[in-house]
Amino acid sequence: MPRTGPGTAAKRTLVWLGALTALLAILLGAGSYWSTASWSPRLALDLEGGTQMILAPRVQGGSDITPEQLDQAVEIIRQRVDGSGVAEAEINTQSGQNVIVSLPGTPDPETRDLIQASAQMEFRPVLTGGPGQAAAAETPTPDDQLPQPAAEPQNASDPNWITPELYKEFEALNCLDPAALEPAEEPAPADRPMVACEPDTQGKYILGPVEVPGTDISTASYGLQRSQQGQTLNTWAVTIDFNDEGTQTFREVTERLYAIGSGDPRNQFAIVLDGRIVSAPTTNAVIPDGNPQITGNFTEESAAALSEQLKYGALPISFEIQSEQQISATLGADQLRLGLIAGLIGLLLVAVYSMFQYRLLGLVTIASLVVAGVLTYLAICILGWTENYRLSLAGVAGLIVAIGQTADSFIVYFERIRDELRDGRGLVSAVENGWRRAKRTVLASKAVNLLAALVLYFVAVGNVRGFAFTLGLTAIADLVVVFMFTHPVLRLLAKTKFFGEGHPWSGLDPRRLGGIPLYRGAGRLREPGEKPVTVARTKNKGASAEAERRLTIAERRRAEQQKALAGRAGSSAAGSAVADPTVADPTAVETGAGRPEASVPARTGSTVAGRTGSSQKETKE
Amino acid sequence: MSRTSFATFGNELYSGKRSYPFVAKRNLWFLIAGIAILISIIIPVVKGGFNLGIDFRGGSEFTVSATENTDVAVGEKAVTDVVPDAVPRVTNIAADTMRIQTERLSDDQTLSVRDNLVSGYGVGEDQVTSSFVGPTWGEDVSRQALIGFGVFVLLAAVLMAIYFRTWKMALAAMAALVVVMVVTAGLYSLSDFEVTPSAIIGFLTILSYALYDTVVVFDKIRENTADVTISTKRTFAEQVNLAVNQTLVRSINTSVVAILPVASILFIGSFLLGAGTLQDLSLALFIGIILGTLGTIFIAAPLYAALRLNEPELKKQEKKVLNRRSLEAAAV
Repeated sequence: MPRTGPGTAAKRTLVWLGALTALLAILLGAGSYWSTASWSPRLALDLEGGTQMILAPRVQGGSDITPEQLDQAVEIIRQRVDGSGVAEAEINTQSGQNVIVSLPGTPDPETRDLIQASAQMEFRPVLTGGPGQAAAAETPTPDDQLPQPAAEPQNASDPNWITPELYKEFEALNCLDPAALEPAEEPAPADRPMVACEPDTQGKYILGPVEVPGTDISTASYGLQRSQQGQTLNTWAVTIDFNDEGTQTFREVTERLYAIGSGDPRNQFAIVLDGRIVSAPTTNAVIPDGNPQITGNFTEESAAALSEQLKYGALPISFEIQSEQQISATLGADQLRLGLIAGLIGLLLVAVYSMFQYRLLGLVTIASLVVAGVLTYLAICILGWTENYRLSLAGVAGLIVAIGQTADSFIVYFERIRDELRDGRGLVSAVENGWRRAKRTVLASKAVNLLAALVLYFVAVGNVRGFAFTLGLTAIADLVVVFMFTHPVLRLLAKTKFFGEGHPWSGLDPRRLGGIPLYRGAGRLREPGEKPVTVARTKNKGASAEAERRLTIAERRRAEQQKALAGRAGSSAAGSAVADPTVADPTAVETGAGRPEASVPARTGSTVAGRTGSSQKETKE
Repeated sequence: MSRTSFATFGNELYSGKRSYPFVAKRNLWFLIAGIAILISIIIPVVKGGFNLGIDFRGGSEFTVSATENTDVAVGEKAVTDVVPDAVPRVTNIAADTMRIQTERLSDDQTLSVRDNLVSGYGVGEDQVTSSFVGPTWGEDVSRQALIGFGVFVLLAAVLMAIYFRTWKMALAAMAALVVVMVVTAGLYSLSDFEVTPSAIIGFLTILSYALYDTVVVFDKIRENTADVTISTKRTFAEQVNLAVNQTLVRSINTSVVAILPVASILFIGSFLLGAGTLQDLSLALFIGIILGTLGTIFIAAPLYAALRLNEPELKKQEKKVLNRRSLEAAAV
């Protein structure tokens, strides 16, 4: 066999496919051994059980939300959910307009409220502070020593805000207890003082009313601190950029706080997000330009985190639950099981129908579907590991629907091969020619499938995405399988005796397909485009014409010989009739329909008649 | 036995011995399609729209699975005990599954109704799922679906026009697609099938399927009509018709193979799972696949032929073919 023949190429392609599959399997195996990969797909909440909420962020003022704001919104929710101690929550954006929160189990009302609560950043002055632990229960400050407001508070830093109740609350607060660090359910009223923890330092504070709302922040950034001489120092700083109103208020606040002087806790102001203190810096200067710089023991990470949090301050997002679904784990498992059963039944029906339509060729369809299934399964597991892709019920539906669409590529190909056989080609060339034509059709139609999947994936909301994803994935798997499995296998099968000779059970029986061999003997080929029906209609005529032709070709030499003989030995009646030039010329037979009949009487000579019989027999074969 | 006849059927279609006049009778198909579209538009108007699912109305929904008790009254009582003036819609959606829909309940109410359902139907807490949908959710889904529809049709039209190098094929394919969509929507309205976000996904998938089918048939048409102008064997319309006939076996096989898995989801979905993602999706697909195949054969291909028939070059070619035929007829 030549090294470059279709058989060798087919085998090589199959080896490549095997290598690809093995590579994916090894990748997944290694992933599950050394990393978090698993041999089963990760399941979405509707199959695994849990709660899925789709949240629509609402920006105050009704302006549209930008993708950047949405990302920040996701970050806010992630911090809240993580802070509330829910493990394995997943928070994603979708279609650039919604946030999807997926939680295992059923969230308690607190968590739900928390997720919906608007992100409120505010700047409050510190009234007093202290270490985070609660005062020992048996030794609270005696009632008569509690601070008593002497007068109405004059400004936000006025200690007269502190009432005995507030102080008791402050004393009881234990910032070492993780529960106290959970974001507040109900935001404290802006015009009232509050107590709050600073999770980073585990300190606690009594804070005055809000002085600057977070909406006054234009943006925030972080970087290495610069000295007054402009040298870059090795410490990190966070810079806030206020808007005009914020600049004005912040100048007034810093003037007041700076005047209090360092050492007094009231020199500090607290940046509060969701009721927790993000940072409580002291005031080292009056900030007239609205660009305060916060310095301290920042690492690059903590500086980045603070500046991100400050940016939310410019983003008064609240969330509205658009849809919420709670699915019990058993129901999810039921749905998955029934979905898989539906898929298996579908696959079985397709297999039966393929066998019915294509006989043993149907086995190629089934094998191809199996290969496509294995590739898709591996891809889903690997994507679950690397991209956290989770298979949803809609995704399972997509996989099942894809069985039909995948099988269609094979049908297009097989029908093309059959068409080629009907045109009279041998199986080997029918497979090659059919493939050349089917390939283009398959590529064009799969492009439509992929396009649909991509459009669905990018614009759709809800569980459409999982569906679109599996549709796209299977379209790609289908292309790989048609090119790297189905076609090479058919190339190899075409060389087997069973398929090559068109066994009635092969599904490629030329006789059954009405095929008439292209090669018609005597070194002549029939045109592939020539329709068998034309041949069938003129069959008898054609056969006799054929007979004439063969006769004359065979006859010609003898006739010439006889003519030569006759020329030498005088004339004979039979010889001169056979030597008729119109009969001797094959083209004349084809053009003049009446001529062969005219020559028939001439063949009554004994030698000529015998040859006519034998050549007619040849034609029948 | 029947396979033999099916193969013969394929052979005869291929050779042209057996031929269905898809193109010749195009005006009849267009008339039928026109009437179907008209009905599909009138029905929703007369009926006052579609049977919209809870996703479009907003509200709370509970599903009780694996219960032997399918008494509707239990579900109604579970809700009215908590919210006296509520009007719950309780349906037995599958063999052992009850669905209770109400207006939006608060969290506390949801929990109480849940407890009532657990005790009322005698199931475990795990068998009751609840969901709540805001009234804008369905609108969001439909808006995105419309955007998706627009983007897909536009891109697919461009893709087809480039691939086939003629905008007329793209136009014919899109026209057939619109017919399929409108009639599917009409069927939904007529039969009162519930329109849910899953059904809308199904709609969008029909787009993909219908167009996919059209591309395969058009590919054959392009092949058959590639050098039609220099041939005197068949007219353009006949050549298109032959292509449709030659791909008919494929169209039938493809539709059957596509519909088998969908039908099995639909069957299992309806009888065992009840309304939900799988059932809604597969119902839309089931209708859409049948209509998509019919749309390609009866609308897209004949329309393409009709769009091109008046091209001067093809008219000239048709005259040549007819001339040759009348000469041959005279000769015989």
